[in-house]
Amino acid sequence: MKLNLKVWRQKGPNDRGGFRNYTVEANEHMSFLEMLDFLNEDLIANGEEPVEFDSDCREGICGSCGMVIDGIAHGPWQGAATCQLHMRHYREGDTITIEPFRAKGFPVIKDLVVDRSAFDRIMIAGGYVSVNTGAPPDANAIPIPQDKAERAMDFAACIGCGACVAACPNSSASLFTGAKIAQYSLLPQGEPERKRRARRMIDQMEQEGFGDCSNYAECEAVCPKEISIEAIARMRREYMKAVF
Amino acid sequence: MKLDSKIPAGPVQEKWDRHKNSIKLVNPANKRKFTIIVVGTGLAGASAAASLGELGYNVKAYFIHDTSRRAHSIAAQGGINAAKNYPNDGDTIERLFADTVKGGDFRAREANVYRLAQVSNAIIDQCVAQGVPFAREYGGLLANRSFGGAQVSRTFYARGQTGQQLLLGAYSAMMRQVEAGKVKQFPRREMLDLVIIDGKARGIITRNLITGVIERHEADAVLLCTGGYGNVYYLSTNAKNSNATAVWRCYKRGAAFGNPCFTQIHPTCIPQSGDYQSKLTLMSESLRNDGRVWVPKNKGDNRHPSDIPEEERDYYLERKYPSYGNLAPRDISSRAAKEVCDDGRGVGDTGLAVYLDFQDAINRLGKDVIRQRYSNLFDMYQRITDENPYEVPMRIYPAVHYTMGGLWVDYNLMSTIPGLYVLGEANFSDHGANRLGASALMQGLADGYFVIPYTIGDYLASTELPKVTSNHDAFADAADGVQQMTQKLLGINGSKTVLQFHRELGKIMWNNVGMARTKKSLQDAVKKIKNLREEFWQNLKLIGRDQELNKDLEYAGRLADYFELGELMAQDALHRNESCGGHFREEYQTEDGEALRNDKEFAYVAAWEYKGEGKKPKLHKEPLKFQAVKLTQRSYK
Repeated sequence: MKLNLKVWRQKGPNDRGGFRNYTVEANEHMSFLEMLDFLNEDLIANGEEPVEFDSDCREGICGSCGMVIDGIAHGPWQGAATCQLHMRHYREGDTITIEPFRAKGFPVIKDLVVDRSAFDRIMIAGGYVSVNTGAPPDANAIPIPQDKAERAMDFAACIGCGACVAACPNSSASLFTGAKIAQYSLLPQGEPERKRRARRMIDQMEQEGFGDCSNYAECEAVCPKEISIEAIARMRREYMKAVF
Repeated sequence: MKLDSKIPAGPVQEKWDRHKNSIKLVNPANKRKFTIIVVGTGLAGASAAASLGELGYNVKAYFIHDTSRRAHSIAAQGGINAAKNYPNDGDTIERLFADTVKGGDFRAREANVYRLAQVSNAIIDQCVAQGVPFAREYGGLLANRSFGGAQVSRTFYARGQTGQQLLLGAYSAMMRQVEAGKVKQFPRREMLDLVIIDGKARGIITRNLITGVIERHEADAVLLCTGGYGNVYYLSTNAKNSNATAVWRCYKRGAAFGNPCFTQIHPTCIPQSGDYQSKLTLMSESLRNDGRVWVPKNKGDNRHPSDIPEEERDYYLERKYPSYGNLAPRDISSRAAKEVCDDGRGVGDTGLAVYLDFQDAINRLGKDVIRQRYSNLFDMYQRITDENPYEVPMRIYPAVHYTMGGLWVDYNLMSTIPGLYVLGEANFSDHGANRLGASALMQGLADGYFVIPYTIGDYLASTELPKVTSNHDAFADAADGVQQMTQKLLGINGSKTVLQFHRELGKIMWNNVGMARTKKSLQDAVKKIKNLREEFWQNLKLIGRDQELNKDLEYAGRLADYFELGELMAQDALHRNESCGGHFREEYQTEDGEALRNDKEFAYVAAWEYKGEGKKPKLHKEPLKFQAVKLTQRSYK
């Protein structure tokens, strides 16, 4: 199938950038990123610079890839990262617009590649349990009810891709931050640092230039791991408990 | 070069404890005087960086991703082994050890494997303490499942995302050390050379992948935790950026390469659908707990699977290996799949697939139980193939997945270059000629959390390490070399892209150095790879500059190394005139088609020493002695 692409090209952080139009011949079994690989092969053959984009595992778990496709972070298929989107969802002659994740906290590096190191800094502020490598108690010493462990796992499934930020009208990182805080709030491990963790991670989120949450729930709609905004409710509860 | 494995004396059960009691320690106040470079932040790298930071060392961590949490360990699905024996089904450290040695077809170093089994339980404790949400039973205790090559349930898991959860545990521990100022992160850096001063590893050269600047970093020791080299085959289950460059450049600086031909072809992957394909997707081995593998009994039977009656199906793993059945080890299952497809009984459009069928399990346990166990894997399958595995059996085929070979290390995980340590998949040590399922995560974390924190102290405490700076000539030379290679790649101005070359190399490797190898296929491979490499250096087309983000340039450098490594893999496979584990030489098989080892001549680790451009590498042999396990013909019947 022949497709028309409108792709964001930007040479570097200080370049204004803009859309360029391309056509590409794809087939329905390709993944979206394989379609872009094909486009890049064409571009290189014609002596043009390929479109830069991050990708790695190509099975929806590393969180490297991420682009806004026709206005939706990770594209039209719910519960999937960009790499899991397949071309069978498109038809001959479709026009597809491809942009980077846009947010103050995610400056563009080049084309579709953005700097998401702000997420690391939020984690550095408290996204851990303070336990040194050594001789912790036996793994079965503290039973955790199955439903709680499962709920914690629902939140722990976050892949740190940043789609939540890209989709949010406020560019809030609340779903990302909330998912980690919610995971730990359900587990006995890390309980002593619970307040410190909530306070510090949320403060860091603000410092990075991410906005506040206004309950649009756009983040939940685009999350490739379908993490519920219950994470944000839990984060707020933890924050209230921590500061008052 | 002299190989000294430094295996401690005494019975295998006592070696690690004796060793820990005898090695030198670095005084707590002196630890902060040492700087350690960690390259790669997967399970091995992140756990090492965190643990060494906690001890007080200054750690500098380098990785190619934008954040350390994206390393490819994240994609491991099924689980992690430990000899906890929580299910009370008879597991012991001895059994985990023996299963792993046997699973590796008696080509692993016994002492290392025993230590691995010994520390396995502490890994689970450590991860739980970090808040890793492992699967649990209703009573709140940890759940287990079975993996191939074992008759006990010793695998711990977090849905189908065990690697992700373990890596996030190690990553969070590392972030804590970043906050504490003990770990400094260097994201989007690619290690392009090792710097050796006075015979010791003292630093690395990196390229800043955003700015293109070639940087110099000094240290007292270097830890390579850069994973495996499955991407030599182009199509594999590895992530696109997984590569062999750091390991290969160290090989060229004098680190011996152990058993390069030992690669693992995983039996359950989604089959290839076309030439445009960029990678293959694994379906976790855990699926074989409930899925039954079969093909039609008759050749060319292209009826819909549900129209093929029970008596016309061949559940070939259950038939051939009744005691392990669908949980036969990976090498054996892969070969069996190839055999039935070569026999014309493969399914799907290409005939290169077999069925993995859940119908019986769904009938027995109900759809809900199956969904609870495997929903994310089933969803992943459906997304890629557009078929619903709850209703139609999955189609699967083997794919390159893991490399047991890697840089040779001694018992302390040190390579043949003093001060250069190699951890996780990047080393050769624990899996012999075939790795069992759920043992990669175990090894990565064992090396990082529980081995290197001890063994590196011994080196630092007993070695003269005068201060060096990055102005040293050795740094300048290495940086120049890297710069020259970059310019050379950019200056070729040919007409074929990196991707085209890589696809061609992949085809040679898969067809000639893949699941079944012969003397002729390997000799052909050596020739073809040489030719293709020559063409690469004359006809590569690269766009863009070096002083900017240029992923195609990164890729070209990695491919240049794959050509050389691919040739060494073929040479190694050619010299090993026996079949063992994942290395199957068609000339050496039993009457019923199983791998035929030759212990008399080949019970050794092949460690290759680089002798210079265009020169034949030199083979060194580390004999493998088995004290605790008896060498037997591996049988899963």
